Parts: sequence; structure tokens; C-alpha cells
Amino acid sequence: MTIADLPWWITLPAGLLLIVGALLTLVGSIGMLRLSHFYARMHPPSMGNTLGTGCVLLASMLISSGLASRPVIHEILITVFIVTTSPMTAMLLMRAAVHRSGARAQRQLVMRQD
Amino acid sequence: MTDFLDFAVNFAQLCFALAMTCAAIRLLRGPAAQDRVLALDTFYINGMLTLLMLGIRSSTTVYFDMALLIALFGFVGSIALAKFLLRGEVIEP
Repeated sequence: MTIADLPWWITLPAGLLLIVGALLTLVGSIGMLRLSHFYARMHPPSMGNTLGTGCVLLASMLISSGLASRPVIHEILITVFIVTTSPMTAMLLMRAAVHRSGARAQRQLVMRQD
Repeated sequence: MTDFLDFAVNFAQLCFALAMTCAAIRLLRGPAAQDRVLALDTFYINGMLTLLMLGIRSSTTVYFDMALLIALFGFVGSIALAKFLLRGEVIEP
């Protein structure tokens, strides 16, 4: 079965999921570009990436299952991986930012005391 | 009905390209180092999704393996950079 003769009950939800996921990812990236300071810029990409990747991979699973005429769920590997690692990256980066801003404030305090 | 799927794949590729542009602008402009690391994190996830779109369009599973590898190594790179910003070194003795 090629992609041209997939039935409509696969292409309709897959296309809707693709559009929703792409819009979520785009909104997350625009938020990262436009927001004012680092702690505000932190959360749109991690939220948009997780949700957008989930939607896009669900659509990919639907399409490859339709193409192979059997359930193909190996895309769930990427979903699980992104969902578990994205918060870890966000948390470590946030701690690094707090640490760095604290170090800078301390340095300024020392310079002021001198 | 497959026209709708074509439109959706094209639209998604356009959105991911725009998102990668946003991430690249933040990567070049970013005032602090942590902004650049965050931009790199967003950038690799968008690149991975673009590869998945290519895989849907050409209906092969080769791109899936590449996307999995990009997800793995991008995570390792982001964690290493964040650890470097936190401690000043990546692997502590």
C-alpha cells in the first residue's frame, strides 16, 4: 500500500495531528524568541516541544501502521525518550542559570565591598 | 483525501523551518550562555521533526533511525553543556 491509497480514516486524523503538532512547536519557538528574560524563555520550548513531538509522532505512527497494514509502534521510542529527557534538560539548565546569576550577584557584592 | 495529507506535511515542514529560524536567531543573539544552550535544544528537536516529516513524505523508515540518533545525541549534548554551565567541567574526577 502506498501513501496515495491510504483510507480517509487514517489521513484525516494524521493530517490534523500533524498540523496541531507543527503549530504547537512553532508557538514554542516563537515564545523562546520573543519573551523578555531567561526564566520566561525557559518554558515555551519545553512545553511546545513535548506536546508537538507527541502529536507528530502519533501521526507518524498512524501513517506507518496504515502503510504496513499492521500496528507499527516503534515511533513510541522517540516519544518516550523526548518526554523523559526534555524536563531533565530544562531542570538542569534552570539550575545552571540560577547558579550563574547567583555567582554574578556575589561577585558584584564583593566588588562593591572593595 | 491524500491531498489533505500532502498539505499537512508541507505545512508542518514550513512550520518546523520557521521554528528552526527562530531558534537560530536566538542562538546567534542570546545574551547569556544558557540562552544559547536552550536555543540549541529547541533547534535539534525541530531538526528531528523535520527529518520525520521527510520520512512520512518518502514513506521509508530510514529517517526514523536518524531521528532517534539525533534525539539521543542531542540530549547528551544539552546535558553536557548544562552541566558545564553549572559546574565548570563536564566529567568530575
